[in-house]
Amino acid sequence: MERIRAAFERLRRARRKALIPFVMGGDPTLRVTRDLVRALAEAGADLVEIGMPFSDPLADGPVIQRASGRALAGGATPQAILRLIAQMRRTLRIPVVLLSYWNPVMQYGGGRARAGDPIPFIRDAAHAGASGLIVPDLPPEEAEGLPQAGSRFGLETVFLAAPTSPPERLRRIARASRGFIYYVSVTGTTGARARLPREWLQGVRQLRLITTTPICVGFGISTPAQAKMVARAADGVIVGSALLRTIEPHLRHPAALTKRAAAFLRALRRSV
Amino acid sequence: MPDRGGHFGPFGGKFVPETLMAALDELERAFRKARRDRAFRRELEDYLRRYAGRPTPLYPAARLSEALGGRRTYLKREDLLHTGAHKINNTLGQALLAIRMGKRRLIAETGAGQHGVATATVAARFGLQCVVFMGEEDMARQALNVFRMRLLGATVVPVTSGTRTLKDACNEAIRDWVTNVRTTHYCLGSVVGPHPYPMLVREFQSVIGQEARRQILEAEGRLPDYLLACVGGGSNAIGLFHPFVRDRRVRFIGVEAGGTGLRAGRHAATLVKGSPGVLHGARSLVLQDRHGQILETRSIAAGLDYPGVGPEHAYYQRIGRARYVAVSDAAALKGCALLAETEGIIPALEPAHAIGYLARLAPTLPRRSLIILGLSGRGDKDVETLARHLTTDGTNPRRV
Repeated sequence: MERIRAAFERLRRARRKALIPFVMGGDPTLRVTRDLVRALAEAGADLVEIGMPFSDPLADGPVIQRASGRALAGGATPQAILRLIAQMRRTLRIPVVLLSYWNPVMQYGGGRARAGDPIPFIRDAAHAGASGLIVPDLPPEEAEGLPQAGSRFGLETVFLAAPTSPPERLRRIARASRGFIYYVSVTGTTGARARLPREWLQGVRQLRLITTTPICVGFGISTPAQAKMVARAADGVIVGSALLRTIEPHLRHPAALTKRAAAFLRALRRSV
Repeated sequence: MPDRGGHFGPFGGKFVPETLMAALDELERAFRKARRDRAFRRELEDYLRRYAGRPTPLYPAARLSEALGGRRTYLKREDLLHTGAHKINNTLGQALLAIRMGKRRLIAETGAGQHGVATATVAARFGLQCVVFMGEEDMARQALNVFRMRLLGATVVPVTSGTRTLKDACNEAIRDWVTNVRTTHYCLGSVVGPHPYPMLVREFQSVIGQEARRQILEAEGRLPDYLLACVGGGSNAIGLFHPFVRDRRVRFIGVEAGGTGLRAGRHAATLVKGSPGVLHGARSLVLQDRHGQILETRSIAAGLDYPGVGPEHAYYQRIGRARYVAVSDAAALKGCALLAETEGIIPALEPAHAIGYLARLAPTLPRRSLIILGLSGRGDKDVETLARHLTTDGTNPRRV
């Protein structure tokens, strides 16, 4: 079952663009993540990305680094995050896309002897009800067989494209991607930018020429105006750091936190 | 080795954000082209000779050998190079490559500060901009090197994330590179990271082993039985080992930092205690917990204080070509004192680990054994640490 593809099919028919918030699993607790995801879905999210914390998030800027650190300090593990997704799946109507660095995926359920096999993670993530997987430090050439393995269990593997990707790499990324292609809007790490350089637009247009897979743009998008501009050319808008920044001052007050996050997303929804 | 994707058997590869993939391809192309280019080779050789001070001596350590029961030991004196360690072999090569690629800004990570100093040095020499990332904790314990880098015109950026040591300095350097990749060359300091770095740094450091091989044949008329070198990321060890890799009788021993014991968080012995995983762009052995989170490490030697290791070392260990052992802080300190006492050479704390292991190994070897030990750097940067430990520890260098 390809829930992400189906979701984009519905969006296309409704002439609507996807709004995809990112939250860090277990930041600061799993309970907060559960309430937050629910609130974001009600506020108009079409898909939700849930991050798995990693000790060395080298593609991330300070905001997501801090979120990752809080989640680890709170004891979040891949197992606990998958359990949370399994719980939420019953009531959540939008697809969940997991985002994890490669090492935790490879170590999952393995122990020393079995480490190096991503199948246990893919199997359990799919069983828990996750629909997709994004791995920011895994280019297609190191992911041999992963899209096929994902398909077998019903987990769509999303690869990233960047402004620095030459045409032959864009083709390779498009071939490997299931569900959607994650276009990285800026040359840099994750994090809100005051201004969004226009280089992403050319990249999205290039991708359009070689694939019909939906293209979502993320990294650096923080305001309704930016989201609106991106949504005109792309199929979806991904918002992470800007959302996490709005919740950071309220970590001790979960009710206020979910309320702020929902308000922030509704503002984006009105422009996407 | 490696294959076209940069794999050493099951290790190596490129596990980086997509933004960097094109830059890695560009670097590999530039490197392969430069390696075939006689003008490039001649230029690099000239700088190595007249600027860095190559060739370095292969020195017969007679009094050390005597103290170890007569097993003849030679020291490959990388400590005599300009800037005080082997790191400059690599930074000269990479600076020349960066210039060829039209990149006028160098960034680097550093632990002990030796690679940072070596990068700042070549940046000054070639008029390049230089930014060095260094963990806050390392900046405190290697304050002298921080000053040297600044004197050379480099910007030293304190890294306050994570464990505030070399691992986090690497993360920060990669983040800078992701952001400034079009104008910046990442001058990586060891045989770690994504392909082509492990291959490229090995090639620039192999000058150590090439010279040593020629020198030992001249001096002894035969190849050594053992090569010993310390391993953090593993660049000086690979540099010494690699030119002997086809000489099956020459045994390789890499010495890792055993810290204050081989329990999690107290050492940096990645090959001895680690498991396969992905860190900083390559699959290799990694010190990690069962969820794949990278563990903290500890070593008295800032340059070995790293939870990963070069993929080629992981491969050598896997196929049995090299053996890796761990030596404690205390044994390294003793090694340091031993070399100072017997030869009048104060080694850096990193190669002091190799000397510490030599002191244990030599008495068990046949009398006619011939050993080369890679003396990767000198101890000037560690004098403060040595003073603190050799007095508070109760380890009196006079009595070692």
